[in-house]
Amino acid sequence: MAEKMHLKLTVNGKPVEALAEPRELLIHVLRERLEITGPHIGCETSHCGACTVDMDGRSVKSCTVLAAQAQGAQITTIEGIGTPDALHVLQEMFREHHGLQCGFCTPGMITRAWRLLQENPDPTEEEVRFGMSGNLCRCTGYQNIVKAILAAAAELNAAKEAAQ
Amino acid sequence: MIPGVFEYHRPGAVAEAVALLRAHGDEARVVAGGHSLIPMMKLRMAAPEHLIDLQGLDELRGIEIGAEIRIGAMTTQHEILTHSGLAEAAPIMAEAARQIADPQVRYLGTIGGNVANGDPGNDMPGLMQCLDARFTLAGPDGTREVAARDFFESAFMTTREEEEILTSINFARPTGGWAYEKLKRKIGDYATAAAAVQIAVEGGKVTAAAIAMTNLSDVPVLSAGAAAALTGTGCGPEAVKAAVDAMQADIDPVEDNRGPVEFKRHVAGVILARAIARAFERA
Repeated sequence: MAEKMHLKLTVNGKPVEALAEPRELLIHVLRERLEITGPHIGCETSHCGACTVDMDGRSVKSCTVLAAQAQGAQITTIEGIGTPDALHVLQEMFREHHGLQCGFCTPGMITRAWRLLQENPDPTEEEVRFGMSGNLCRCTGYQNIVKAILAAAAELNAAKEAAQ
Repeated sequence: MIPGVFEYHRPGAVAEAVALLRAHGDEARVVAGGHSLIPMMKLRMAAPEHLIDLQGLDELRGIEIGAEIRIGAMTTQHEILTHSGLAEAAPIMAEAARQIADPQVRYLGTIGGNVANGDPGNDMPGLMQCLDARFTLAGPDGTREVAARDFFESAFMTTREEEEILTSINFARPTGGWAYEKLKRKIGDYATAAAAVQIAVEGGKVTAAAIAMTNLSDVPVLSAGAAAALTGTGCGPEAVKAAVDAMQADIDPVEDNRGPVEFKRHVAGVILARAIARAFERA
């Protein structure tokens, strides 16, 4: 056992602290030490994207980030994007357009799409497919995921215009 | 699946990082984006006792565009892909970066890590040879420069000394047409074959060319023969065939789960012909 590190992170806007070995992975710190279980462990080999979280404004696979590397980081998980009572537009659109079947990949999908739409608020279908290519889904065949993200972009843009 | 035990260091200056490397020798590894090293550590194929995280070294970040282009070693693939000045000055960089891994990996994966790891599957080594880039290495006795074309010795072996850190990459602003062409089985896979091509053209004839191939030997392959075969031609079918034949004499692919040798040679030829056509068209 190595000495534990005193980790200080901001997760979903709240400062949190945890004791963890530097070699623990960010996904383990989130799920097991902080009990934030929205991000899932799929492949654990940086392929599937189920563990995607937002770290300092970037989508990352939290199975390939060491706890120590995340020291001081600002993390957003699916829990910080919407709640059962107040779904984010992306979540609404995934429901509306059947962007999920088993749902295992969905937190990672939505967390990634959330960053994608901030960087590119009006993407083409091709840009959505390119921007989502780090997230695997074994159920849907992706078509409805892409539809849901395009619909969410349109919805968010309409809301923005209405507000102006 | 977690790595073995290590002591974690996050130095705030290059000199401090070099001193740590010097103190711990081959028990230490530096980590940039970590997307090559951490998977190896999870498989326990790498087990450094000291991990030196370079993320605090802001001096290693950033892209400067002048007559020369300078890219800090900690610059991420995402930054390369989205930098508008670089897109104009050296568009082959973004064309290659967008074919590396996937969005999440590109947010963390760095050009320095891609180069210094010496993995024959990585795309930047071949591209750096095509652009005739120079690498700056910082060590205990100061810095030195090594040409990309002299840097790679064999798989995962480079001329970087154990106590040195790659800090930046410089290359002259490329001229003419460009193409980075890559065949991979799926997103996130290494190349079955990839080609980096820069071609300068005057009056319809090639005046200079540089061609480098990826993942077709245990090091990137700069094919001077292929470049020579194009020089003075209009890149017609015969010239392209001569270039592909010359390239075939320089590569040395091995059979693996991406296919047998014959298939890889076939793919290499197709990829290079496509890259030459696109680069010539853009010149």
